[in-house]
Amino acid sequence: MSAPVEAPRLAATRPGPAQKTPRYAAAPSRLTRGIILGVTAVVFLVPILAMIEFSLRQGQTGAYGLEHYVSIFTAGQAGTYDVLFQGILNSIGICVVTVLIVLVLLLPTMILVELKYPRLRGVLEFVCIIPITIPSIVLVVGFIPVYSVVARIFGSNPWTLAFAVGIIVLPYAYRPIASNLAAVEVVTLGEAARSLGASWGQVLWRVILPNLRPGILSACFITIAVVLGEYTIASFLSQNTFQTALVLVQHTDPYVAVIFAVFALVFAFVLLLIIGRLGSLGRNRRAA
Amino acid sequence: MSMTTTVVAPVAPTDTARGAEVPPRRRVAAWVGLVPFGAYVVLFLAIPAVLAIASGFFDGDGAFTFANFSAYTNPTILQNFFASIWISALTAVLGAIGGALICFALLGTRPERMLRSTVDSASSVLAQFGGVMLAFAFIATIGAQGVLTKWLVSLGFTTNIFNNFNGGGPLLYQIPGLVIPYLYFQIPLMVLSFMPAMEGLKSTWAEANATLGGTRLTYWTRIGVPILAPAFFGSLILLFANAFSSYATAAALISQGGIIPLAIRQQLTSETIVGVANVAGVLALGMVVVMIVLMTAYSALQRRASRWRR
Repeated sequence: MSAPVEAPRLAATRPGPAQKTPRYAAAPSRLTRGIILGVTAVVFLVPILAMIEFSLRQGQTGAYGLEHYVSIFTAGQAGTYDVLFQGILNSIGICVVTVLIVLVLLLPTMILVELKYPRLRGVLEFVCIIPITIPSIVLVVGFIPVYSVVARIFGSNPWTLAFAVGIIVLPYAYRPIASNLAAVEVVTLGEAARSLGASWGQVLWRVILPNLRPGILSACFITIAVVLGEYTIASFLSQNTFQTALVLVQHTDPYVAVIFAVFALVFAFVLLLIIGRLGSLGRNRRAA
Repeated sequence: MSMTTTVVAPVAPTDTARGAEVPPRRRVAAWVGLVPFGAYVVLFLAIPAVLAIASGFFDGDGAFTFANFSAYTNPTILQNFFASIWISALTAVLGAIGGALICFALLGTRPERMLRSTVDSASSVLAQFGGVMLAFAFIATIGAQGVLTKWLVSLGFTTNIFNNFNGGGPLLYQIPGLVIPYLYFQIPLMVLSFMPAMEGLKSTWAEANATLGGTRLTYWTRIGVPILAPAFFGSLILLFANAFSSYATAAALISQGGIIPLAIRQQLTSETIVGVANVAGVLALGMVVVMIVLMTAYSALQRRASRWRR
């Protein structure tokens, strides 16, 4: 009992090569780290586990079963969740259009500014950060009159929501692409390719875009996550999306709403985990 | 002979010609490239933002007026503003402390390892995309039929803090009950925004402190805390702004008003609290003013914090 307690203290007074983090460093001890992270993990897992427990309940009986999961697929119930499935389809459509907005409007502008107008970089960054500082609920007040015009031009299709959501996404999509641009010497690469006889199209397709792949991928994934989680704008512009459908279904069938919420949280978590791995892969390659 | 000249000669002249002539044309073309994004931002960011704020200055007939601002003398509106501010402040302080502790625990772990990727992605999910789903998680945890509520009942606390708070029914469906789900996105946001500053602490400072005979306590009180203070308070402001502007979680839990975003919802769904027009615009302006003050303070603190991050 006393030996394992004593050993680290000895090592602390005489930091030898065997010990990785000497005790004078800012990092906490293994024990402290374990306690803090352990408590955090428990506290944050309880609501997620509670959702899973909740979804397995069979009414008020106290018994557990998979009936709520089964009922999602049974044909008899199909009509009940139509609004939810339609909402998911609409959200996927909005995802596609929003990703296109990022790829067709934001990305070329960022590359162009980097190559030709480095002075505008600050302006672009400012514009892309603004949506974080304006609450969605405030933008909604302004989106309502704008969308009465949009609806007249495009009809009130769910995908038109992508124009508004694209604005909300700007800060999240901007950051990964910008940090990728900063890490790659785009101007030098472009000049090198040009001096070797490449056309601007070739420079873009074969030199710049391949180098920006991790940043672009991260921007797309984070865009998908934001679109799937967006509620405020959709609910005020009366569009049926995944989140608004969840709230609607929650009133009639809280179990199914909870099941889909768990799936959505896990899905977003996996998406962002992939982003994280992409980022660290890039880091390793650069270090090597 | 003529073949070689036709092959070689044209290349050089066109290249020099392109270099000499084309820049003006290409500059025009490049400017055009900025137009689509510029138009998009004007149409869907600038115009809505201006419309939202300007709408507060017009009455029902479209005439300019300041009368709408009388909404701010309405006790319900003031109460909502007050509730928004105290919830944001409380969750910001608690979230900042909790998040900073987690950042401290993560010091010395390697960013590319699984632990950090997991914490990072879990934080992003909860901080930015949780919204409605977080509300459901807490309905299942501390709602009337939630796991913890039922557990307390089974222990003999038939009326407990979760199912009957302040005599007004389940805690989760009242404004003070928002504090708990809000912390679940505030703490992760703190981790995301404060971790870079924590990682900026250089090991040489700890070594210098040790060489000069300092303990870990002196390290934290004399070096760590003073250096991290601006970043900490900057993140605190960010958390306040985040809670202040958050809507989805509250909207999924509470069907009436109570905080400013919910009051805006009531106004937009034509449930009038105050007898003047365009109150939503007036409230939106109030939120924007608060956000501008917060963001100015935030960027000032960020500038100060970045002094040590070279």
